[in-house]
Amino acid sequence: MKHLTEYRSVELVEQYVAELHRTATRPWTLMEVCGGQTHSLVKNGLLNLLPPSITMVHGPGCPVCVTPLNLIDKAVYLAEERGVMLCSFGDMIRVPGSQKSLLDAKAAGADVRILYSPLEAVRLARENPHRDVVFFAVGFETTAPANALSVLQARQLGLKNYSILASHVLVPPAMEAVMQDADTNIQSFLAAGHVCAIMGLDEYLPLVRRYGLPIVVTGFEPVDLLQGILMAVRQLERGEARLENQYVRVVRPEGNPEARRIIGQVFETVDREWRGIGTIPGSGWAVRPELADFDADKKFAVTIAKAPECPDCIAGLVLKGIKKPHECSQFGRACTPERPLGAPMVSSEGACAAYYHFASVETQDVASLQISKL
Amino acid sequence: MCLAIPGKIKSIDYQYDGLVRMAQISFGGITKEASLDMVPQAQVGDYVLVHVGVAISVVDEEEAQKSFQYLAEIGELDELTESSQIDRHPL
Ligand code: SF4
Repeated sequence: MKHLTEYRSVELVEQYVAELHRTATRPWTLMEVCGGQTHSLVKNGLLNLLPPSITMVHGPGCPVCVTPLNLIDKAVYLAEERGVMLCSFGDMIRVPGSQKSLLDAKAAGADVRILYSPLEAVRLARENPHRDVVFFAVGFETTAPANALSVLQARQLGLKNYSILASHVLVPPAMEAVMQDADTNIQSFLAAGHVCAIMGLDEYLPLVRRYGLPIVVTGFEPVDLLQGILMAVRQLERGEARLENQYVRVVRPEGNPEARRIIGQVFETVDREWRGIGTIPGSGWAVRPELADFDADKKFAVTIAKAPECPDCIAGLVLKGIKKPHECSQFGRACTPERPLGAPMVSSEGACAAYYHFASVETQDVASLQISKL
Repeated sequence: MCLAIPGKIKSIDYQYDGLVRMAQISFGGITKEASLDMVPQAQVGDYVLVHVGVAISVVDEEEAQKSFQYLAEIGELDELTESSQIDRHPL
């Protein structure tokens, strides 16, 4: 697709960087909420190219990172003790629970499968009528349509052996939680484009108004991110606070009403615990009670004692953008992607892992620019 | 895991004894299957954004091209960029 390569054009990136240097006259702190954007900013070396006065802090938008430890323990239990075929996305399978990850359970003989889509899990359930298939359904608003659709397909196909272990989280309540923290110094947000492709723009207006925050809905390619940052900084410099949409090619103001209708058939809004942050009111989706047959939490009624988090891990502060990963005493020492102490080091979209893999991130050293790799 | 990738719809067919409508989507060289349930209006030849096996949005090719004019527009043609604004709320 032609315009995908154009969004990585070195020439355009350089023009945007130059324009940002011209525009930013004062220090500004912006947060990108989405882990995919964190990954792209860090991997493409964009943080090194920004004017020193612009600080990007990285938000809680990695669904794998904020999935509670207890739920991972539950998934491991279902795979090991209840003999289910436990399926999920690759990132989720690698996150350590209090004792082990699903990948460890797989190595020890449990039937754990890495899938690209929950719809593949429905296929597995249909092909294996004598096995219970559970999909560990994590994600933000972007992933909810697929997980919801898997339940509706299973019902349509009359499957009795398919259920989901759902841990869905929502972006606007998390932004609210970040803003309500007394230690926050965030002046503007880049909102996650793919979340808005589903949900539309309206739900960000209260945040814009209440906190006087410029919010720019942004895509994921280098040019998208730099344009989004530029739009936000232009507002900040002018003393404005508006909701703008950089990602017009994908995000329509109304989002995707059909996707929201399907989500609404399967999920209802609930309070949700975020790993490292705590419970945020109205910040999650759970399977509706009338679909309890497809809700692994109810179907298997597992209760597992809550295990404590590693006391040295400051994931909560990292996820709220108050501390950067390298400010953690364990970063790169006791905590590495091979032996992670906390979830942000596990997923490639977690801020700690992104900083670990692309280590030159904080140096403003021109020689370290990775722009040639764009 | 939140990655969504634009691809082109090559064909649309029915599976599970005609119960479920799916599309073959080409991403550069690779073809993968995805549901079009969220984008019922999408046709063969359209570009869609696919996330974990489900198309979540039709990509507007015209808008995609327009974005490259942003730099040219700012500065001289401020009112053009204002058109993407949703809410005005001066501090
Ligand atoms: S570096 Fe490791 S221990 Fe420190 S906050 Fe990140 S995940 Fe936790």
